[in-house]
Amino acid sequence: MTPKTTKRPDGRANDELREMKAKTGIVKNADGSAMFSFGNTVAIAAVYGPRKLLPQHLQNPEKGKLRCYYDLASFSVTERKKPGPSRRSSEISFVTGKALEPVIRLDNYPNTVIDVYILVLQADASTRCAGINAAAMALANAGIPMDEMVTSVSIGKMGDIIVADLTKEEEDFTIEKNGKEEKAATDIPIAVLSRSKKISLLQLDGKCTKEDVKEAVQLAKKVSSKINQVQMEALKKVK
Amino acid sequence: MDKKEKKNIEKDEEINVEEKTNPEEIEQDRKIVVPGEVIESGSDFLPGEGTRREGKEIVSMRFGLLDMNDKLIKVIPLSGAYVPRPGNVVIGHVYDMTFNGWLIDIASPFNSFLSAMEVGRFVNKNDLSETLNFRDIVVAKIKDIKSRGIDLTMRERGLKRLEGGMLIRINSAKVPRVIGKAGSMVSMLKQETGTNIIVGQNGIIWIGAEDVENELLAKKAIEFIANKPFIHGLTELVKKFLEDEKKKMKITIKPIGPTTEEN
Repeated sequence: MTPKTTKRPDGRANDELREMKAKTGIVKNADGSAMFSFGNTVAIAAVYGPRKLLPQHLQNPEKGKLRCYYDLASFSVTERKKPGPSRRSSEISFVTGKALEPVIRLDNYPNTVIDVYILVLQADASTRCAGINAAAMALANAGIPMDEMVTSVSIGKMGDIIVADLTKEEEDFTIEKNGKEEKAATDIPIAVLSRSKKISLLQLDGKCTKEDVKEAVQLAKKVSSKINQVQMEALKKVK
Repeated sequence: MDKKEKKNIEKDEEINVEEKTNPEEIEQDRKIVVPGEVIESGSDFLPGEGTRREGKEIVSMRFGLLDMNDKLIKVIPLSGAYVPRPGNVVIGHVYDMTFNGWLIDIASPFNSFLSAMEVGRFVNKNDLSETLNFRDIVVAKIKDIKSRGIDLTMRERGLKRLEGGMLIRINSAKVPRVIGKAGSMVSMLKQETGTNIIVGQNGIIWIGAEDVENELLAKKAIEFIANKPFIHGLTELVKKFLEDEKKKMKITIKPIGPTTEEN
């Protein structure tokens, strides 16, 4: 095996996450809210509900509905983002909902809806992961029955190393090949349930082998407990 | 306090007394748990509300305060929307009328219906608005919860249409603290502020007094309680808070006499 040569730009160890910060109860009018940040990536989430689902034909008498809305603030990225839903944000809203749904006991709230609004205030890659972490905390803060927490982290392949929690710089990592710049980074956002260590989100953007994915999942499971620790500490800090 | 005196001071006392089954005073030293956290392992304990058993371990399913009573483990929620239960006394307003009753908004996600039969006095079926009109505030009790919604009743003492006064809203998880052990907190508030207070389990509180200043004082005190949930000996603290406020507002409280309301 060849020695791994690539180094991370900020000098972190391969399994080291950026500094994480978390806080709950930040949106006064919401039933539950939280902030979660990975370094420069900051996401806030607000939960409203369970509340009545209207129009009535959308109601499900068997179980409640979870609606997720993810968006970037227009000032969160270097180039101004046009506000409002886009192709990208509606996809992320969908996968976030799918990542959170398995832990929420929606059958306790028939005919109702739980709305989760995620807003990214600062984007430096891994925004959907920060969003999921914040949303899980906001749901817990809203007193909604959940089997466990959801933690999420983006694992990436950068050149020949597998690293945890990519930054924008690492996401755009390139290598020179035949005198040409070539994209050499792969981004794999993964959501891991805190207790059962099941996977509720796995996306992949870039090139990598089967072994790489396996390694990425292992790494995500390993760092998930660190994220959960931060979430738990923030939730328990009640004034 | 003898029976007669009690009757005079507060007709609504009966409403608050039955609350004691659910709330207890919440102390600071209770542990806070989050979903997925292992509370206890082994088979010595039983999982109660807000918890579940997973193999040998008892795991929390909610964010809240841990309550270990004997061998039953419960998690008391600290936040969240109001979840109605049969027997709860709630305050709400009329937002719709049907041919045989009213729809009441009790700040819960489910429809709640008050049938004309459940008012406990004569109702003119041709004109329901004679009894209760839009935006009228009522104290009602949850009679039944069915899949299609909640049935309310007003056929009990103290359940009535509210007139005058002011409504404030707090988180329903904080209602037990406002009521206190066996209604101790709320009766203290009534006495100290010279007001009539009805606490709905849905977090809507009605304050009535002859003087607006008294109502405002009670409102301040309730908000004080809602913002300071964890302190042991909250009743004493609230008493002190009220004394300070009274000095600031320069009002004197005359003890409350017999209530003038009929019903």
